[in-house]
Amino acid sequence: MSNYAYIALIPLLPLAAFVVLGLFGRRYFRGASGGIGTLAVLISAGLSLWTAYRYFFVEGKAAGAYNPVVALKATWLSFSPGMSIDMSVILDPISVMMIVVVSFVSLMVHIFSLGYMKEEARYGTYYAFLGLFTFSMLGLVLSGNIFEIYIFWELVGCSSYLLIGFYYDRPAAVAAAKKAFIVTRFADLAFLIGILILSFHAETLDFGTLIQRLTEPGSQLTSITTASFMGISLLSWGLGLVFIGGAGKSALFPLHIWLPDAMEGPTPVSALIHAATMVVAGVYLVARLYPVYMFPGGAVLQVVLYAGTFSALLAAIIACTQTDIKRVLAYSTMSQIGYMMLALGTLHPVGEATTLGFTASMFHLFTHAFFKALLFLCAGVIIHRVHSNDMKDMGGLRKLLPLTHGCFLIACLAIAGIPPFSGFFSKEEILLAAWHANKFVYGVALFTSGLTAFYMFRLYFSVFWGDSVSGSGGLRAGGGLHVGGGHHSGGHHGGDHGGGEAPFSMKLPLVILAAGAVLAGFVPFSRLVTYDGTPQETHGIGLFAVGPVALALIGIFTAGYLYRRASDRPAKAAAAFGGLYQWAYHKFYIDEIYSFITKKIIFNLIGRPAAWIDRHIVDGLMNGLATVTAGISAGIKGIQSGKVQDYALYFFAGVAGLTVLFIYLYT
Amino acid sequence: MSQVPLSHVLFLSTALFFIGMYGLFTRRNMITMLMSVELILNSVNINFIAFNKYLYPEKLEGVFFTLFIIAIAAAEAAVAIAIIINLYRNFHSIDVEDADEMKF
Amino acid sequence: MSVSAVIFYILSFFILVTGLLAVTSRKIFRSAIWLLFSLTGIAGLYFWLQMEFIAAVQIVVYVGGIVVLIIFSIFLTQQSGKDLPAPVRVRSIFSVLAVCTGFVLTCLLVRGYAFGQAGHVAGGGAGPDASVGNIGAQLLSTSEHGYVLPFEVISILLLAAMIGCIVIAIKTKPENK
Repeated sequence: MSNYAYIALIPLLPLAAFVVLGLFGRRYFRGASGGIGTLAVLISAGLSLWTAYRYFFVEGKAAGAYNPVVALKATWLSFSPGMSIDMSVILDPISVMMIVVVSFVSLMVHIFSLGYMKEEARYGTYYAFLGLFTFSMLGLVLSGNIFEIYIFWELVGCSSYLLIGFYYDRPAAVAAAKKAFIVTRFADLAFLIGILILSFHAETLDFGTLIQRLTEPGSQLTSITTASFMGISLLSWGLGLVFIGGAGKSALFPLHIWLPDAMEGPTPVSALIHAATMVVAGVYLVARLYPVYMFPGGAVLQVVLYAGTFSALLAAIIACTQTDIKRVLAYSTMSQIGYMMLALGTLHPVGEATTLGFTASMFHLFTHAFFKALLFLCAGVIIHRVHSNDMKDMGGLRKLLPLTHGCFLIACLAIAGIPPFSGFFSKEEILLAAWHANKFVYGVALFTSGLTAFYMFRLYFSVFWGDSVSGSGGLRAGGGLHVGGGHHSGGHHGGDHGGGEAPFSMKLPLVILAAGAVLAGFVPFSRLVTYDGTPQETHGIGLFAVGPVALALIGIFTAGYLYRRASDRPAKAAAAFGGLYQWAYHKFYIDEIYSFITKKIIFNLIGRPAAWIDRHIVDGLMNGLATVTAGISAGIKGIQSGKVQDYALYFFAGVAGLTVLFIYLYT
Repeated sequence: MSQVPLSHVLFLSTALFFIGMYGLFTRRNMITMLMSVELILNSVNINFIAFNKYLYPEKLEGVFFTLFIIAIAAAEAAVAIAIIINLYRNFHSIDVEDADEMKF
Repeated sequence: MSVSAVIFYILSFFILVTGLLAVTSRKIFRSAIWLLFSLTGIAGLYFWLQMEFIAAVQIVVYVGGIVVLIIFSIFLTQQSGKDLPAPVRVRSIFSVLAVCTGFVLTCLLVRGYAFGQAGHVAGGGAGPDASVGNIGAQLLSTSEHGYVLPFEVISILLLAAMIGCIVIAIKTKPENK
């Protein structure tokens, strides 16, 4: 195997940028911070592309399959000869694909932020955090050891916290950051338990060995399948818990509550973290352990399947009612991730498309990164221009922001699944895999794709068509839908940028990503990234694609009908749905349920008694001890009365006692 | 002398010793405490002389001890009086109950 | 019961009674005088034991020196006519208890000890050996049974005591220039 040692540079360069900018950025570099961060990621991206080229096209193939290559390995903590936490780098199709995606999108975001965050006072800090995040994410996807991935998992969570709460003087941002961290941390507890179960029984922490031991018949596999807890085998428990950890990070129902709130962060951050990279970490994790998930007949995969489907549908319904542009995009992300999880869950034991789901999911991840990042960056340009997140403040922007208009349209077409854009190809693969596995799920996915087209184009038409902002324009939906949309970043000053729609640094990534959104569909994914490295069999889509595309077109035209011009048609439609609309608008009250559970139940029933016990019993014990000691001491101190004759008496008593002792008793 | 057993003399000195000790425990005036100490020392002197006389008649060690004890007792009484005078200046009382600052 | 035994018992009675009065008397001056009597009684006891030199030293040093010193200090520190305060009741009870315990304990020990033949007879030949000349000679002799070293040490001790008394009791002049 050839030398891939330079792989270490790919995550380490952004880390170096983080350290340098974190320590010195505020004082020394200031204006140049952006340049330094961008340069680091640029080199990383270049190296990633070079690695991808080498791995896929030059030398990766051995015996007709892409085999995992362990590029670097250093033992860090060794528990026993077989089980140790190594820092290792593994290269296989999905990790190489992911480093390309992560570094590329990160590069686009870095360039975009050069213009977007220019007036921000904490410019250097921002780029430092971006560097930290890029490092963590790249480390995550390159991890070859399950504990190492957990380390980077937490690091990613930490960077996300830092970036969501970047505008720390806004309470909403602080609360959102905390919410994201707490929810994902809660899921990570399940993840850790899952890691422990799996690694304990497989007696190893290394991915390759773990997968091998848990899929081939052997002592470890029997031990984990025969042991059971509450009727479910430990293997399923382990996999299920790991999936819960992934679900937290990937915002699947019911752990999705943090994702919409995370939009309080700067828009480029949303593009990077909450669209293209961090939220797909859960999908990546399941994909990484896919052989183990597949093995026992895929019981846990059923859970994955239904969780993904339900999340996709739920998010799509909610997105149809939201008026904050970033929240619509957040829910759309949740929906698309639902699709990716859905695809992973479609496991058909025999026949064609056995592991089509894997390839489809990864393919969708790849294309989604492009068009979702593009959507968020366009939203960033719009927000930058309009200084508001709310759709009712926008309208008729297609004349003001022509380039953004074009890119946004491309991205919407891609996400809606219109050929020949990239989203069409990946979504069709998913629907094909669903068709072969489970017809009900296929139906739901089909309906959701129609909804996707509808709400995306609702957003598109509301923002770019309709009346102009200055007039009566914007989305005058009925019923006074005033969402407190979270007015955007406090760092931006007011006023129009007189000249163009956006500086060059903001326009360049849009163009590049748009090109990606168009062309990414033509990448021959089924030959490159598959479950076991051999090319995946897949047929041309052909007639099967007619249904989804037709549904998408219906969605588009409905949206156009309702939103192209400002009117009261949306209000009437909303009224027609009545209660469902209100429920969807309030996000099905899931946040309220959580708040109720934590405040009324957990705090009152568990928190308060625990605090009482701590204060009165534990502390009380300590205080009681002290009081008793003080009491005894107060009682005894009378002996030291200061009166000499009392001392003389005590002395004499002692002497007499000793005398009696020695003379009469000792002999 | 020839018919009084040694133990009787020792009883005498013991009684004197404990009388002095009683005075030491009970008297509140420092000078009277000093007087009690003198009684104790004297009882020890009687002990020495008695032992010398009864048990070792041809030697003189007891006598010497007694002489030394008397000399030391004199020095000690002088120093004690000096201290009492100093305490009297500070506390304006020679009641031993008033000199109780070395306590909790 | 020979005469000397009777004298002994009278003397011991006298010593003990005056000693008791010395420690229990309410008036301080009387207490000092009772002490004086007790010390004189002890000197008498020494005479009875045929240790004349010691008896003389007792009278000179104790009675003539220490008791006089005590009387001086009584005059220096308070009115001698005043009554002394009574002892604390609890303490006096405990003291009596302690003292009686100690006395009984020691008497038991003394009675249990076998002094042998010598314990009953005061040995003869005590007289010539206890003469002043002999005492002096042995006190200052440097041979095996000589006590010249303790003698010198005692003299240093007396010197130290003298200086110490002066230092302790000296009145510091108030500093006003």
